[in-house]
Amino acid sequence: MSGGSYYVPATSKWPILGSLALGGMMLGAGLQMVHGWGAPLLGLGVAAILAVMALWFRDVVRESLQGLYDAQMDRSFRWGMGWFIFSEVMFFAAFFGALFYVRTFALPWLDGEGAKGVAALLWPDFTASWPLLNPPDASVSGPHEVLSPWQLPLVNTLILVTSSLTLTIAHEALKEGYRRTCRNWLAGTVFLGACFILVQGFEYYEAYAHYGLTLDAGIYGSLFFLLTGFHGMHVTVGAIILAVMLVRIQRDHFSGDDHFGFEAAAWYWHFVDVVWVGLFLFVYVF
Amino acid sequence: MASKLPKSPLEHSAGGAGAAAESPGAPPRGLLRWLLTTNHKEIGTLYLVFSLSMFFIGGIFALVVRLELFQPGLQFVEPEFFNQMTTLHGLIMVFAAVMPAFTGLANWMIPLQIGAPDMALPRLNNFSFWLLPVAFTLLLATLLMPGGGPNFGWTFYAPLSTTYAPPSTTFFILGMHLAGISSILGAINIIATILNLRAPGMRMMDMPLFVWTWLITAFLLIAVMPVLAGVITMMLLDINFGTSFFNAAGGGDPVLFQHLFWFFGHPEVYIMILPAFGIVSAIIPTFARKPLFGYASMVYATASIAILSFLVWAHHMFVVGLPLVAELFFMYTTMLIAVPTGVKVFNWITTLFQGSISFETPMLFALAFVVLFTIGGFSGLMLAIAPADFQYHDTYFVVAHFHYVLVPGAIFSIMAAVYYWLPKWTGHYPSERLGRWHFWLSVIGVNLTFFPMHFSGLAGMPRRIPDYALQFADFNLVSSLGAFLFGFSQLLFVVVIVKCVRGGEKAPAKAWEGAQDLEWSVPSPAPLHTFETPPHVTPQPHP
Repeated sequence: MSGGSYYVPATSKWPILGSLALGGMMLGAGLQMVHGWGAPLLGLGVAAILAVMALWFRDVVRESLQGLYDAQMDRSFRWGMGWFIFSEVMFFAAFFGALFYVRTFALPWLDGEGAKGVAALLWPDFTASWPLLNPPDASVSGPHEVLSPWQLPLVNTLILVTSSLTLTIAHEALKEGYRRTCRNWLAGTVFLGACFILVQGFEYYEAYAHYGLTLDAGIYGSLFFLLTGFHGMHVTVGAIILAVMLVRIQRDHFSGDDHFGFEAAAWYWHFVDVVWVGLFLFVYVF
Repeated sequence: MASKLPKSPLEHSAGGAGAAAESPGAPPRGLLRWLLTTNHKEIGTLYLVFSLSMFFIGGIFALVVRLELFQPGLQFVEPEFFNQMTTLHGLIMVFAAVMPAFTGLANWMIPLQIGAPDMALPRLNNFSFWLLPVAFTLLLATLLMPGGGPNFGWTFYAPLSTTYAPPSTTFFILGMHLAGISSILGAINIIATILNLRAPGMRMMDMPLFVWTWLITAFLLIAVMPVLAGVITMMLLDINFGTSFFNAAGGGDPVLFQHLFWFFGHPEVYIMILPAFGIVSAIIPTFARKPLFGYASMVYATASIAILSFLVWAHHMFVVGLPLVAELFFMYTTMLIAVPTGVKVFNWITTLFQGSISFETPMLFALAFVVLFTIGGFSGLMLAIAPADFQYHDTYFVVAHFHYVLVPGAIFSIMAAVYYWLPKWTGHYPSERLGRWHFWLSVIGVNLTFFPMHFSGLAGMPRRIPDYALQFADFNLVSSLGAFLFGFSQLLFVVVIVKCVRGGEKAPAKAWEGAQDLEWSVPSPAPLHTFETPPHVTPQPHP
């Protein structure tokens, strides 16, 4: 806001193509789920979205490198990313809210606690417990056993917390102008992210193969996979973003005081990390 | 407010110093121009035109409902189809008519009111808009699918919307996801614009109230649209992947759906009214030729309403079997909302006091808003009383209440805004004669439609049922006549807009004598690019 002119970006074909791609993906997903024949359209939609994102971001990176963006544009990006992360916080808040509601109210009420006589009458033999191994109705079979927090989940917690640390070291190195140091620590962060996803995948395999812990194993399985699944998707996206930053570091896109792309990726990664700590505590431990 | 306006607004629309930053080449022509545009005025127009079209589609659904309810008995449609009409009427009006209309107004007016060249993230803006036609094509297409469209009411309570829902529900969910993404991205853009692109010298407490109310609305949108996304995702999983979120047999709870839905849903109703407060707070001072009374208290009242909106959701669920302590908590917090809302109504009326008032069409709609919205507010206060709500719940009294706040509330404010800002958009005044006809027919139609619903509701007529007992026949006949009067009067609105776009009395930059805000400093019609160099605003203290 130095009194000069504002920067207004040129028109772009990516937004409209992105809308169409997203619409195609949704249509494909719906057709697949309802009629069983939408998978090709779904795949095409996902591929189109990825392509649009790549090309859209490529344009933004090019404009940034041409020096078209001023301090004001930079602030707009910061506000945009910050509020986007807040929207993600609220998305997870809904799922955590569901978890707490089920544990604190829904299950005890089904068990006859309080003045909820009618709910208790539905399944008189039901006993509330958490994790819920025996759902109220016989038509839903619960898990035989749930995962111990002190094995793979603890490993994953250490991995993700460490990755936040390595990312911070990379960031500090970038700010001080040590590009190689930054690159190495960032590469380490991406590696830890990939490890997390692999461990999580292995845990899912264990859950399905040996514990009877599945999406349809009653409310515990539902909430477990909802929370860890959406978190896992966010880790995947975060790791991809960090990998892109790795490429950009390699190509020397950033300077010590101008690297918002990197910072935004870091914000996102720390957010994903914090969500995991909440998950570890309230899904696995308590 | 802005005393030191740019001398010639045309100067800073001509390029000059901004030439280096201009887009290479001229904007694309024809259809492509609208598909690719990143200009806040063009996108604002797209939003408004989309909203108006959806207003008619949602309106036709409402008229199908009123046609069936004209007489007791089943005459025109099957109950199954009737349910689809009530559901889609609600969904379309909320998500495709009212919300996009406010976003369109925000697009057009916020940059003009704060002296910004455009929205902060113009390409994201284009993306936000073009998601909407895609979303609602998907949603409306459900009507043609096997088993019909959504039939569970706009609140889509589980298990009606999961276990017992038609197969098209999956498409409904995916369409709502797209609409939600559009809203969140639009809101992010609006916040970034307001926080970052205000003209030098314009402090937060110098912003016009439309900007303030939209800032707070955008915050609400970012806070609750993700919760809606979460709850419909859980529905999607329950329907297609065997989860038990809303199924007590697996340990879940259908009431959990209601908590999540209304945690979104109550702030959502303020999302549909706070920008209306901003519009009315711009129009009343203009035509009373007095500054707004209590500017700062208006800002604080808006913020209070927004904060309270997160603490009142379960008043929609008084009869679901909440513990007594919850009934009491939500009853008291709900009643508290009357305080900041009362502050607002008081300020509008005090602004009028000793003003030199004239009654142009925008002012007529704004004044009707104050009176009729307040009626809706009072019936809301009645509904807030838990023991009384046990009687009113799911009756036509509730329908009367929320239509009073949404039709002569939100929608009248949108119409007021259109009449108020049409001179700025088109360079012509809208026809005052036709505008008055439109206003009076609308105001009579609205009251004929919704006032009798208070009585049929208090007498016990349940909502969302295609047939009713004979004693409700007279009230329903009046409601249906009113609805058709209101519905067809809206064609006049289209006539006014089309005529105004094509021609009419030329409007100067400052189209209304008493108007104060920054948008009146640029020519009418506003050129495609305005404020390419920031205007310097010297704020004056609010009285």
